[in-house]
Amino acid sequence: MFGKLSWSAIPIDEPIDMIASGLMILAVLGVLAWVTVKGYWPYLWREWLTSVDHKRIGVMYVVLALVMLLRGFTDAVMMRLQQAISVGPDAGYLPPEHYNQIFSAHGTIMIFFMAMPFIIGLMNFAVPLQLGIRDVAFPTLNSVSLWLTASGILLTNMSLVIGEFARTGWLAYPPLSELKYSPGVGVDYYLWALQISGVGTLLSGINLATTILKMRAPGMGYMRMPVFCWTALASNLLIIAAFPVLTATFAMLLLDRYLGMHFFTADGDGNPMMYVNLIWVWGHPEVYILILPCFGVFSEVVATFSGKPLFGYRSMVAATMAICILSFIVWLHHFFTMGAGANVNGFFGVMTMIIAVPTGVKVYNWLFTMYGGRVRFSAPILWSVGFMVTFVIGGMTGVLLAVPPADFILHNSLFLIAHFHNVIIGGVVFGVLAGYMYWFPKAFGFTLDEGWGKISFWCWFVGFYLAFMPLYYLGMLGMTRRLQHYDNPGWQPWLIVAAVGVAFILAGILALIVQLVVSIRTRDHRRDHTGDPWHGRTLEWSTPSPPPAWNFAVLPQVEREDAYWHMKRRAREERRAAAEALAYAPIHMPLNSPTGFVTAFFAVVTGFALIWHIWWLVILGLVGALITTLVFAWRDESEFEIPADELARVDRAHQQAYWAGSAP
Amino acid sequence: MARPATALALAAALGLALPGLAGCSGGILDPQGPVAAQELTILWDSLGIMLAIVIPTILATLGVAWWFRAGNARANYRPDWEYSGRIEMVVWAIPTMTVLLLGGIGWVSARDLDPPKPLAADTPPVTVQVVSLDWKWLFIYPDLDIASVNHLVVPAGTPVSFQLTSDGVMNSFFVPQLGSQIYTMPGMITRLNLRADRPGRYPGISAQFSGAGFPDMLFTLEAVPRDAFDGWVANARAQGEALDAPAYARLSQSSRADRPRTFRDVMPGLFDAVANPGRNPALPQTNPHWPGHEYPPLNKDPE
Amino acid sequence: MTATTLGGHEPAGTHHGMPASASAAGPAPKRIIIAYGFWLFLLSDIVMFSALFATFAVLGKATAGGPTGAELFDARNVAVETALLLFSSFSCGMMSLAMDARHRRAFYLGAAITFILGLGFLVLEMREFADMVARGATADRSAFLSGFFTLVGCHGAHVAVGLLWLVVMVAQVADKGWRATVLHRLMCFSLFWHALDIIWVALFTIVYLMGAR
Repeated sequence: MFGKLSWSAIPIDEPIDMIASGLMILAVLGVLAWVTVKGYWPYLWREWLTSVDHKRIGVMYVVLALVMLLRGFTDAVMMRLQQAISVGPDAGYLPPEHYNQIFSAHGTIMIFFMAMPFIIGLMNFAVPLQLGIRDVAFPTLNSVSLWLTASGILLTNMSLVIGEFARTGWLAYPPLSELKYSPGVGVDYYLWALQISGVGTLLSGINLATTILKMRAPGMGYMRMPVFCWTALASNLLIIAAFPVLTATFAMLLLDRYLGMHFFTADGDGNPMMYVNLIWVWGHPEVYILILPCFGVFSEVVATFSGKPLFGYRSMVAATMAICILSFIVWLHHFFTMGAGANVNGFFGVMTMIIAVPTGVKVYNWLFTMYGGRVRFSAPILWSVGFMVTFVIGGMTGVLLAVPPADFILHNSLFLIAHFHNVIIGGVVFGVLAGYMYWFPKAFGFTLDEGWGKISFWCWFVGFYLAFMPLYYLGMLGMTRRLQHYDNPGWQPWLIVAAVGVAFILAGILALIVQLVVSIRTRDHRRDHTGDPWHGRTLEWSTPSPPPAWNFAVLPQVEREDAYWHMKRRAREERRAAAEALAYAPIHMPLNSPTGFVTAFFAVVTGFALIWHIWWLVILGLVGALITTLVFAWRDESEFEIPADELARVDRAHQQAYWAGSAP
Repeated sequence: MARPATALALAAALGLALPGLAGCSGGILDPQGPVAAQELTILWDSLGIMLAIVIPTILATLGVAWWFRAGNARANYRPDWEYSGRIEMVVWAIPTMTVLLLGGIGWVSARDLDPPKPLAADTPPVTVQVVSLDWKWLFIYPDLDIASVNHLVVPAGTPVSFQLTSDGVMNSFFVPQLGSQIYTMPGMITRLNLRADRPGRYPGISAQFSGAGFPDMLFTLEAVPRDAFDGWVANARAQGEALDAPAYARLSQSSRADRPRTFRDVMPGLFDAVANPGRNPALPQTNPHWPGHEYPPLNKDPE
Repeated sequence: MTATTLGGHEPAGTHHGMPASASAAGPAPKRIIIAYGFWLFLLSDIVMFSALFATFAVLGKATAGGPTGAELFDARNVAVETALLLFSSFSCGMMSLAMDARHRRAFYLGAAITFILGLGFLVLEMREFADMVARGATADRSAFLSGFFTLVGCHGAHVAVGLLWLVVMVAQVADKGWRATVLHRLMCFSLFWHALDIIWVALFTIVYLMGAR
């Protein structure tokens, strides 16, 4: 009846597990109770859960990402504590079966459920606004993408309470991840959670790429797009080209596990090396899927806060697209030690170094963007300068690892761990936090507290160096990754320093939370009435904060890049402050739809049933999803009209507020 | 920038200074064989070349950001300056030249230090076949008809030619002080050549996560003078268990932190049988009951 | 102040010496956007198939002592399958023409032929699979057979989904008539159906022709 599921799946005898899951359940119940008591459900359902507005979907993605940052970071703290004390056999407080789940969950969550939703959320929020349009190409599909991602997140977190998570590392290399060596449900949780959220990511990639390629404001040719849109385009094209490979790879591993096939098994003539190749054919582009939009954020932030156009716009675009293409021919550098042969290793090593060229160009272009500028040191630019300094170090160690003989002695060591945290924290995390602080006032109509933002930055910055510089050194001392305990007492002092670094990062995260709370409490004093708190350069800043559902009452006419900057400048020169009588025409906007939410419900049911081999429930879930699709396909009304006088009212009010707020 | 001479000089300085500072700290900073030594040199050289670019870049970033801060009245504000062909040239040239130099190093060294490439030496190499098991290392000396677990004895100064495979999951064979690691994979044979210059005991690890017992998958590589090696071989031949199919089946049961021991009389073709799973009926299917959830207790043999 | 308040006073900028592109007109019409998005989806689907093709190519000889392609494949059966699928693409094209002419009866006829040919293809494929299973060539026998059943089965699953979709579209035409949304979906369906043909041609070549050697 219930497949493999029984009461023994609940880890009652494991105190750490029970405390963690208990706290998580309490937190979830607390939030649900609060929403119920306050009577927020109808509002939440109408305005958020069923919303197909790209801005709200973007915000919900970012909320998911921030929550999962806490979850993934908790795992990090537990690992650092374990390694700080576990000298000698059977040492430390985490037995291997826990420790191995924790590092697997940490990697999986941070990449798939923290970084990805954060990036996709920022792209969802900012890209249509920057392009000067009213929504993405497929608004309802956008909601489906969001909720499929949420389904993957839910399944991953369910594994904490019911059953277990994978103990194989975040990429689940076979044969270790095959049924023979991982008979539990952990790997199945991992695979189904990522399959479901992967579909969401793919659909989101198609959606945003179509949006950027086919829906831009009148006059916005490719070479007038903001650089963030260029990087978003590159990232989404990479999603379209890379995620199907991940889907196919995981599907084959699932077939091995569920139907006894022999793709990656040691017996039956299977080939585990093929998995390693395929997963990195996805995995390396994935790195650039994450970092390219962050490069876009930094480009916007550095230009805006320097009060200057981005230096070398065409170089930046060329560099972005070069990285986009090159990222598909470097995957083998993740396993030089597999014995591929000198020429193959040499080729991929050189290709990997070549990808450093456009990346290096970008760093110099940001530098020259600040050159001759008036750099206002708000929180977003602190993250950006912190990124530039940190990222060149991470890039350098990356190129070092691309030299095959150097990789032979550094592969899989803590040096490698330090390297990719150096680029992912220094690049991606700093990038998304810069984007979060940059676009927050646009999304909510009030600015975030600067002081706490700066405190957070400094804690993260110092914490990063304390936590990861020792790991570079430990890697050179020969300490490999994923050790639950070790017997070299000489390593311990450095691991304690790393743990202290994590404490600093914890302070940085707490400062982020305090910043949010303080800013919400004092929001009435920090309202942004102009819609343009940073003296922005791109079109999103020409809308009110928060923008109305339709973004632009009339689509803007774009005449050059940095469109809004030049519009403002000309307006000042011509001193035409008064609103012109515009021809407002009614707009059709897509109706809200519960399709995404309902699809996700059935995705979770199906995924859970598949994990536990509850076959009748699988069928039920699939039928439910099919019916949802059919109901959606049969609805008659998909749009509603916003009348012209409503548009005129909101638009004119915004114009007045702008001129009142920024009188020259 | 990127004057190779400057970069190389700096690299050489670093290459001399840093290992000196690190001293005998073990790991890859304390190479004890030609492979490890060359790889460490390549590492320092590459690092030096890049630091020559990276340090000025970091300083320039901080300097520019600070000088052009909004409050600095002396800084010249040029709100429309967004392009300079000359700067663009330099900006593309710096990383390109660096990468040209490093790419050359990478390409040449990948061929020089290719793991299967035999090491030049006067003496013929000792052949060792390595099998990674859960969670221990089996070293078979096919020419000497002996084997050992978690203890790899080799003559100092003589190259060792490894063939490696895995019975079960992936691992990575790595003696940090001797250089190059290489994966061990089921159904595959990888090759590696190393040499220990001086007698000594060098820690060896698995560098690829392989499950619950992974942290205890340690071994010692002991380099000894030639005559001591011959003595060890004679000793191993004379005593202990024979490594036949039943003994191998017992050995391949999962366990951790196994006490080092030796085997005499290794079953012929054992390594090839392990490396071709399912092809050799002489060898029973190993690991029928993988513990999965359980963490095997430490092997506490009497003695 | 909106953008438009201030826009449209200067000729289109030629800041980088670039002429205004085709996008000068603003967002593309809905039909174009939908077709383009669906094309991107098909591309991603083809990428997924190429991962399966690559796997099959790697595992082509990995039979673990079990049956090989040369022993299993029946060229005549595959030829008939190919013919059915190619003709169904033709009838799908006729269906699209009927749709453009808003000719319901011809549309239904085209859809019915497409459905029958597609179903015939699936039946033949299922028979081939059943025959192989009966001879002991199951997907868990060897890596080669895992690759075969997964690749060919994945294409078959696409065809099955296509048939279901076709039924739904006929019902929508009957229920709702030639609405814009229905027309868009039919356009996507025919793109999908033709893409399955393209994949089949690759599959036929790589699996049945090259794999049988």
